[in-house]
Amino acid sequence: MALRTPLYAEHARLGARLVPFGGWDMPLHYGSQIEEHDAVREHAGMFDVSHMCPVDIEGPDAQAFLRRLLANDVAKLKTVGKALYSCMLNDSGGVVDDLIVYLRGPAGHYRLVVNAGTADKDLTWLESHRTGFDVEIRRRDDLAMIAVQGPQARELTATCLPREMADSALELAPFHATECGGWFIARTGYTGEDGFEILLPADHAVDLWSVLLDAGVRPCGLGARDTLRLEAGMNLYGQDMGEDVGPLESGLEWTIAWEPVERDFIGRAALDELRASPERREFVGLLLTGRGVIRAHQTVLSNGREVGEITSGGFSPTLQRSIALARVAPGLGETCEVEIRGKPVPARIVKPPFVRHGRILIEP
Amino acid sequence: MSNLPADLKYTKTHEWVRDNGDGTVTVGITDHAQDALGDIVFVEVPENGRTVAAEDACAVVESVKAASDIYSPIAGEIVEGNAALADTPDAINTSPYGDGWIFRLTPADMGVLDGLLDAAAYEQVVADES
Repeated sequence: MALRTPLYAEHARLGARLVPFGGWDMPLHYGSQIEEHDAVREHAGMFDVSHMCPVDIEGPDAQAFLRRLLANDVAKLKTVGKALYSCMLNDSGGVVDDLIVYLRGPAGHYRLVVNAGTADKDLTWLESHRTGFDVEIRRRDDLAMIAVQGPQARELTATCLPREMADSALELAPFHATECGGWFIARTGYTGEDGFEILLPADHAVDLWSVLLDAGVRPCGLGARDTLRLEAGMNLYGQDMGEDVGPLESGLEWTIAWEPVERDFIGRAALDELRASPERREFVGLLLTGRGVIRAHQTVLSNGREVGEITSGGFSPTLQRSIALARVAPGLGETCEVEIRGKPVPARIVKPPFVRHGRILIEP
Repeated sequence: MSNLPADLKYTKTHEWVRDNGDGTVTVGITDHAQDALGDIVFVEVPENGRTVAAEDACAVVESVKAASDIYSPIAGEIVEGNAALADTPDAINTSPYGDGWIFRLTPADMGVLDGLLDAAAYEQVVADES
């Protein structure tokens, strides 16, 4: 049987369409995916993301351990609460998972939040590389996680938090977190909008969800989460990157800390080799100029020749057009075609993100 | 409970058929089908004059989630695709039996209509699926 989050009964009560996702039964939408998408762009929406897995890493060697395991460098985290996005790579430079790591204490306390479908694999990977490091790795299945996103998200969330928590939450800079009484509030998210991701004891989740609902925050499912993150140009693990395709060909070069050169993180040698290769594929955005909807795995063509593959595609409610992320041969120029049901449909190559903070960032 | 007009015929693949009384029929997808698909964002309707066999995939409905083939319930010749769906694909969500119709065709044999499901039989198909 699939796993259920502490909010499962709430989803059912709200009429959610529940679907299997990464071993969990999760809400796809509560009626209209597009209305939920628009609520996040224009007001505030919330997502039950309790299926994602927090992992606490502590101990004298926690920093050294994560500097070995992650392609980004946790030594950049100098103030408590600061967050960093990183890939965790395998030896061939493929992605074991992508995650956010937060610095929780000056004494090398870290919290990772990893994907639902990869959590077991990640834990095995972390455990298998701990030899020689004095670290404790603790999976936090006792925590639930609610993301509140949108232009009104922070203000509305603050009205739902105890006073002292609300004040420190409202003071948070982007990509920072604060903690109080077992609650962990981070100004991070996966929609291209401002907002919070709140980790809290599982038995508090229904209460917070209910007060957010009363405050007018719209419940949103995984469907809207996917169209929002696609518009925001954010990668989805297993689709835009994975164990066979690393950060250099997935638009994630910005997350690799090449300096200092002495830091020998797992996958570094493979990345160095690919970095110098003229064959290295580019990761681009596409805007469909013809009619139809681009879907993952469709073929990208240039003058009738196969030049790449769609990694994520769909309909953008904000642009009212189809958009996509694609991995293509280098040097394509400005246009291409996407093969949709056997027919080439014209598209423009653009630089993601498509939408950020409610604003369209590409020429229509 | 989804809306199932008693005067229509249905298929196992969730199309409905209305006898227009002038030798043509109108085809769309059921209320149950549009609800299962979610927000519909693009529709490809068949060209006029195209000859189709029963169960031919002849239109495509794309929701935010996925593309779905729509099958012709009976053999015949397409006489009209619903051009308005190019601008308002969501009419299938809001009015599956009205403005959201997908195409009209002239059946090769009108008698075939009798072999399609009635509302009660279709309701059973839906119940068996869930």
